[in-house]
Amino acid sequence: MSEAPLLTVEDLEVSFPGRTGVTRAVRNASFTLGRERLGIVGESGSGKTTMGRSLLGLLPRTAQVTAKTMSYEGTDLLACSERDWQKLRGRRMSMVMQDPKYSLNPVQTVGRQISETALLHLKSDHKDARRRTLAMLEAVQIRDPELVYGLYPHQLSGGMGQRVMIAMMLIAEPDLLIADEPTSALDVTVQNEVLRILDDLVRDRGMGLILISHNLTMVSSFCDRVLIMYAGRIVEEIAARDLQHARHPYTRALVAATPSLTVRRAELATVTRDPEWLK
Amino acid sequence: MIRVENLSVIFHAGGREVRAAEGVSFTVAKGETFGIVGESGSGKSTLLRAIAGLVPSTSTALEVDGQPAARRRSRADRRKLQFVFQDPYASLHPRKTVDDILREPLEIHREGEIDERVAAAIADVGLLPIHRFRYPHQLSGGQRQRVAIARALILRPPILLLDEPTSALDVSVQAEILNLLARLRQSYSLTSILVSHDLAVVAHLCDRIAIMQLGRLVEVISADNLRTGNVSADYTRKLIAASQGFTRVPA
Repeated sequence: MSEAPLLTVEDLEVSFPGRTGVTRAVRNASFTLGRERLGIVGESGSGKTTMGRSLLGLLPRTAQVTAKTMSYEGTDLLACSERDWQKLRGRRMSMVMQDPKYSLNPVQTVGRQISETALLHLKSDHKDARRRTLAMLEAVQIRDPELVYGLYPHQLSGGMGQRVMIAMMLIAEPDLLIADEPTSALDVTVQNEVLRILDDLVRDRGMGLILISHNLTMVSSFCDRVLIMYAGRIVEEIAARDLQHARHPYTRALVAATPSLTVRRAELATVTRDPEWLK
Repeated sequence: MIRVENLSVIFHAGGREVRAAEGVSFTVAKGETFGIVGESGSGKSTLLRAIAGLVPSTSTALEVDGQPAARRRSRADRRKLQFVFQDPYASLHPRKTVDDILREPLEIHREGEIDERVAAAIADVGLLPIHRFRYPHQLSGGQRQRVAIARALILRPPILLLDEPTSALDVSVQAEILNLLARLRQSYSLTSILVSHDLAVVAHLCDRIAIMQLGRLVEVISADNLRTGNVSADYTRKLIAASQGFTRVPA
């Protein structure tokens, strides 16, 4: 890539001190992100969500975050105060969470929740915020924005809820969107519709997108590049289309353990974990 | 082994009728693994529960193990069908040890040699003797699902019903559980029905597959036809395309 990356991370370490010792959730992770689609794949507990949250300063206070470099469009994220983070989050970087049921405010209409972002970050007045919200709902392909504006989250289906979340995160037009399992709670046919919306937005607005997921098939078909995480480390970085020809034994084992819709296998390969991978 | 003819399940909610399953018919042969796939709300779990008698249903015929299934199942009926549920965190009693959990079905059905059979069941699903006196919270998700499978098989039922048995598990753990199920159905000569939203999982484990949509059975196809895309319904085609990942429309 010729242009300067949006995000540069070098030797990121995240650890949580606990009663029984320190848990190292992310271990010397380094990567860069341009205006592209980057996938982060790993099993539960591999540190992918923790890494995503650390980029937005959303980890609990007990977390210890260190890195050689962690910068976003020239801003040193390591030196950010809570005030600085508030200026960055929403306006310049944003995160879509896994489950709309738990991430939307149940006692506020979705229209108000989305407008809030516009009022806060774009300094819109109420009329302008409403207009922007309706336009955004339309952009995420909600058929009747006026109707949905006045609905409460429990009145939405899973797919609609996820679109509302995306609308809320994108209304302030951030340059970086981190999507943490944005489609895991959705049916396959709806999954692809949501991905298509994200894809269009990346292309039309030149956004950088980090897609965190455990689903290899989805990530390899959607992203440009993929990072594979194992026990807090990035064990491999690979072009998404080359995932079938991965070099790291863990990546290869994951690919072989995934049931295939097209190839008949008598038995699935299981993952034998090698302590060497942690060195 | 299992015959379902014109089965419907209707729930009444707030004065409205919800037809969770409507006019579903299929048969499952002895020793076969039958798959049911569909999206959320398609009625696939309801159908499985209706076969087990866990929800009331109407049908022109519902036969289990060659016998018409009664509206109220007797204890002998119940032991023929055993269930493995989706969430291994919710389906095991948190305050009972693995030993208690596996002992219970044997005690209910007044079986003998309980100690030996519990030990054998633990070994059978690939757990170790040290797991026997652990509580569910001391086990991983995969280990819990193994306990749930051991509990289902300890009465040696001819039929095993699996409702999304690997959906809550990581890919590597899912592979272990699917391999375990494939091995056990051989050694126990099981007839089983597997419900899943994941076409690849169903194609991997099943011989024939029913596609459900909005409570109705769209079609029944063989696993080979599913793999090659040789299907007749548009909905099935759409489901297969969606399962193969994201396709970018060229701009």
